[in-house]
Amino acid sequence: MSLQLDFPAVLERWPSLLGGAALTLELAFFATVLGALFGTLAAVGRSSQSSLIAGACKVYVESIRNTPLLVQIFLVYFGLASLGLKLSAFTVAVAALTINVGAYTAEIMRAGFEAIPRGQIEAAEGLALSRLQIYWHIILLPAIEKVYPALTSQFVLLMLASSVCSQISAEELTAVANYIQSDTYRAFEAYIIVAVLYIALSLVMRAGFWGLGLVLFPRRRRLGTPL
Amino acid sequence: MGGHLNINHLTFLGQGALWTIGLSVIALIGGGIVGFAIALARISPLKSVRLASAVYVQLIQGTPLLVILFLGYFGLAAIGLKVSSLTAAGASLTLYVAAYLGEIWRGCIQSVPKSQWEAAEGLALSRTQRMMKVILPQAIRIATPPTVGFMVQIIKNTSLASVVGFVELMRSGQIVNNSLFEPFAIYAIIAVVYFAMCYPLSLFSQKLERRMGRGRSNLASA
Repeated sequence: MSLQLDFPAVLERWPSLLGGAALTLELAFFATVLGALFGTLAAVGRSSQSSLIAGACKVYVESIRNTPLLVQIFLVYFGLASLGLKLSAFTVAVAALTINVGAYTAEIMRAGFEAIPRGQIEAAEGLALSRLQIYWHIILLPAIEKVYPALTSQFVLLMLASSVCSQISAEELTAVANYIQSDTYRAFEAYIIVAVLYIALSLVMRAGFWGLGLVLFPRRRRLGTPL
Repeated sequence: MGGHLNINHLTFLGQGALWTIGLSVIALIGGGIVGFAIALARISPLKSVRLASAVYVQLIQGTPLLVILFLGYFGLAAIGLKVSSLTAAGASLTLYVAAYLGEIWRGCIQSVPKSQWEAAEGLALSRTQRMMKVILPQAIRIATPPTVGFMVQIIKNTSLASVVGFVELMRSGQIVNNSLFEPFAIYAIIAVVYFAMCYPLSLFSQKLERRMGRGRSNLASA
């Protein structure tokens, strides 16, 4: 066994590596924003009085959480194509990741909603807040604050999972690594460098969410503890 | 492109499903053994051991499984170690699962009440005795629901072994699709089979969690 590592051969492709990392972040950004909205709606839907809506939300959450992301991406990719919709790999990737992370977000948000004490809502009703005000100030924002660490972990996992999009030729970081390794035959070096980039991206994301948390939850910032 | 889905295709998919289960068991056992060592290392009295295991967990949890699989398959081949796709997938999944199970189990061990540790120490039990006779039996009870829940993740994650050419359920679906070209129908079947494997485990994990919650509240009120 001759072990000769040649990292410069891979590192000289830094423009495409950076481009891949940027696309990975872009995928993660869109899927996080859309998935958070989608998941919150599904969490609200699960506690709906209409058993049809609640049931549909439950089917959505359970079917996504119990099948692999790779299968979901292929289903969206080929499913939309067979309906005659020709979409770019990027659009399909964002759609599939959104559907996927939405289901996990829904479960996390549901736990957050359930953690809101009933008395708080009754107190808000007693203070004659409107339904919308109650939903926003008493239920939604405190619930997000409670589950914020879990949401952060989920969205970082989503960024890592976006590597699967390389399988439908979205040119993100893992796809760039595949391309470099088939071009230079420096597989070990290429994947080590990409692994380091992913670790860096996940640290950047965690730092970003921590900063965002400071802005979003001033009470937490002042007290130094969660609710 | 030819023909329709017939019994041969279904048998082939069935074999793939069996390999998915096989690979999941390999990952669970391998990852369980290494993960247990990681969990113990994370609460070791030695600072260097704690630090090394924490770094391991951070590195693995910050890297996508797909990249770890590629490292195991192409990477080891490139530096002269020729490994089969089963070995590469089994080893990569073991390393990946170990980092997550290690963290889950560390949490469970640490959630055994502090007074139990102190009582065991007060009875002059050695560190090994304390672990084996007092802490672990209680930690295993706490650890069962999240571990069953994580088995769902393991089964889903074995689908990524398809990209290094290991013929499990996902890959066998791709192969069948290559001859039939009915991607939507075939991947829908694949999704249903994965669901049939994962959903019972999810339900079981939820049931265990509820039962544990009841046990705990009984304990608190007693």
